Amino acid sequence: MTPDPAHAKDAARHRLSPARVLDVDALLDDPTTRIVVCCGSGGVGKTTTAAALGLRAAERGRKVVVLTIDPARRLAQSMGIDSLDNVPRRVKGTEDRGASRSDSVEGGGGSRAGGELHAMMLDMKRTFDEVVEAHADPERAAAILANPFYQSLSAGFAGTQEYMAMEKLGQLRARDEWDLIVVDTPPSRSALDFLDAPKRLGSFLDGRLIRLLTAPAKLGGRAGMAFLNVGMSIMTGTLGKLLGGQLLKDVQTFVAAMDTTFGGFRTRADATYKLLQAPGTAFLVVAAPERDALREAAYFVERLAAEDMPLVGLVLNRVHGSGADRLSAERALAAAENLEEPRIVDQEGGKAGLRNSPDTDDSSESPASERHSPGADRDIDQLTAGLLRLHADRMQLLSREQRTRDRFTARHPEVAVVEVAALPGDVHDLAGLRDIGDRLAANRPELPETPAEA
Amino acid sequence: MSRLQVVSGKGGTGKTTVAAALALALATEGKRTLLVEVEGRQGIAQLFETEALPYEERKIAVAPGGGEVHALAIDPELALLDYLQMFYKLGGAGRALNKLGAIDFATTIAPGLRDVLLTGKACEAVRRKDKAGRFVYDYVVMDAPPTGRITRFLNVNDEVAGLAKIGPIHNQAQAVMRVLKSPETAVHLVTLLEEMPVQETADGIAELRAARLPVGRVIVNMVRPQVLDATDLDLVGTVPRSAVAQSLSAAGLGGARRGGNAEKLVDPLLAQAAEYTERYALEEEQRAVLGELGLPLHELPLLAEGMDLAGLYELATELRKQGMS
Ligand SMILES: Nc1ncnc2c1ncn2[C@@H]1O[C@H](COP(=O)(O)OP(=O)(O)OP(=O)(O)O)[C@@H](O)[C@H]1O
Ligand SMILES: Nc1ncnc2c1ncn2[C@@H]1O[C@H](COP(=O)(O)OP(=O)(O)O)[C@@H](O)[C@H]1O
Ligand SMILES: [Mg+2]
Ligand SMILES: [Mg+2]
Repeated sequence: MTPDPAHAKDAARHRLSPARVLDVDALLDDPTTRIVVCCGSGGVGKTTTAAALGLRAAERGRKVVVLTIDPARRLAQSMGIDSLDNVPRRVKGTEDRGASRSDSVEGGGGSRAGGELHAMMLDMKRTFDEVVEAHADPERAAAILANPFYQSLSAGFAGTQEYMAMEKLGQLRARDEWDLIVVDTPPSRSALDFLDAPKRLGSFLDGRLIRLLTAPAKLGGRAGMAFLNVGMSIMTGTLGKLLGGQLLKDVQTFVAAMDTTFGGFRTRADATYKLLQAPGTAFLVVAAPERDALREAAYFVERLAAEDMPLVGLVLNRVHGSGADRLSAERALAAAENLEEPRIVDQEGGKAGLRNSPDTDDSSESPASERHSPGADRDIDQLTAGLLRLHADRMQLLSREQRTRDRFTARHPEVAVVEVAALPGDVHDLAGLRDIGDRLAANRPELPETPAEA
Repeated sequence: MSRLQVVSGKGGTGKTTVAAALALALATEGKRTLLVEVEGRQGIAQLFETEALPYEERKIAVAPGGGEVHALAIDPELALLDYLQMFYKLGGAGRALNKLGAIDFATTIAPGLRDVLLTGKACEAVRRKDKAGRFVYDYVVMDAPPTGRITRFLNVNDEVAGLAKIGPIHNQAQAVMRVLKSPETAVHLVTLLEEMPVQETADGIAELRAARLPVGRVIVNMVRPQVLDATDLDLVGTVPRSAVAQSLSAAGLGGARRGGNAEKLVDPLLAQAAEYTERYALEEEQRAVLGELGLPLHELPLLAEGMDLAGLYELATELRKQGMS
């Protein structure tokens, strides 16, 4: 058999894809890398990637904390962070696997490379409560925490989770206990929510209207503001009637208490925002090789650039490969049909001799001479046909994924890419994370050839 | 068949797609359905390949047999202005409030309020009648918020009763709850055959039931075709490599001897089959978990070429075949 020409071309394109390859180990080993943020749309593997990077960095000698947002239950259990206590826990079962830099690191605490992995799962409500408790005197804090509006805001307001993820990141960074913080981001539909939501919430809570609501009296003295005051009384009157006076009162007390206790949400959001722009922060966009996910990723890449945030690369997760990628889908399907057709003949009492003749370039190897009994034979032919159909599906998927990926790299050739294979099962323990980590560092999934460095 | 069909599920499992397919399926044979979107994301417009929908009901598709699908993207701010208009005849003052940011404020600050407006609008469409006293829409299908928020979203009554104890919003909430907690409504959950979405589905159903909201059906979306049957799966672990090599060779893929082209295919093909087997077992596990929920299950195929309008009609036909409409 000669590899069919159409496919050989395809395979070449697959391997010589122009995208730059992301060097994950260099990123993780670099002592100036202090924060890695994994972003992307929902379900693409952000949490998995964040945990795998954290584990890898720790096993290469760094002291790491991973902030996960909504880990799959079994993954959280296996890392020992399934209880929501909102503080980092040391993850047991990490191994020292060494890194080039390990020689230069003093081996403290027994382990040669001295790495540690800590992990936590974000408790959004609790983080919000902590912010309140840390910044208000106990009495005022209690009043805020009991306020019904506060409760609905802290539990479910769109954007609160993104905001609290940033808040927690700020807290972890301020403690300065870790070499590296790896941050997962909330399961928003759009990766952009991570950048947009905190600002929206911050400006909302800090905004003009809230100020008006809380302090209409203050404005009364100033002439230019008089008209606003009229507007205010109409508005609070209307809102009061509409919502019920109690709600408006709750809102007013809440906002007043928040405002005086910690000087504006936006200030805090801004501080974390700056942290994200600082050198030492690295953004990784995670995406699946699917149209929607990569379109999202492209938007996100453009936004990061616009916001001066340092993008280091794209993790293309759940990419499919094949060890038999020289056999094209078309040829596999044709062969499957070859195997299935004679079976019908067999059932009609025909002879197995009706089987198609083998490839001409191969005719010296006689295919049907040493076969097993006809019954088993049929089962095996049927299985083989199944294997070929499975392969055809795989090859079609592969080329769809490749086309999608090419569209992204054409739009963003500057973005370094690393591919991670789709594993058949999900990733729910350290061994699985280690496997993902290896794949992240290996640059290409399931392809034996060494990648052409761009 | 309930007249208000709410479609929820984990993010990205296909809520919007399934809601649209269901609206098409329910419109078959001359019926008229309204497909409503509540998250301001213009998912419906994207799916039907039309321009962004305004806050206005408009026909977006014709179903097989002449039925019609209408669509509405509910905008909570405009819905609030509607209500203000209705209850206070605000006119220009309403617009002034909007300019000040008050409307944004009111709909953002109390998620409960926003949800009352959204569900309220949907329930209004459910109950709306024409001059002849017939329902304007035979069915209303809602592309609802994801599982994590659905119970709270539908259970606005409790939320709002706690926040707004009197006033038109309060009354509105009560009226809405009467529809939502009756057999007039069914809440369906979309899932994939994967651990996390299935887990979320189970949790979501428990929550809905605890809130006494009417749970409808479970729709398993993006189901991959079965390529290897039971006999194949049995055989795949035990089959002699040489037998597969011979079979491949017989199919015209080269020599079966060691180093022959057919022989070289055996290992990678068997490796792919092993992956398939592993994933199949995981999917069966998840199917079993779903089976224990005691709800009718439906399965929609993964459209390998991606979604488009034709694919949507295909899914609608499938739903009809499975008796969902
Ligand atoms: N049966 C199917 N076959 C193939 N692709 C599908 C199928 N169902 C949905 N999809 C695709 O999956 C993606 C997610 O679907 P959709 O937008 O409907 O999900 P959703 O649950 O509404 O997402 P979100 O939580 O973001 O609102 C879309 O790209 C859609 O085209
Ligand atoms: N490369 C992979 N191969 C197989 N399964 C994966 C892979 N990456 C992620 N998964 C699985 O996909 C699911 C979603 O991943 P997760 O990391 O939680 O996504 P996100 O955080 O982006 O929502 C999990 O069950 C996870 O185990
Ligand atoms: Mg996650
Ligand atoms: Mg949707």
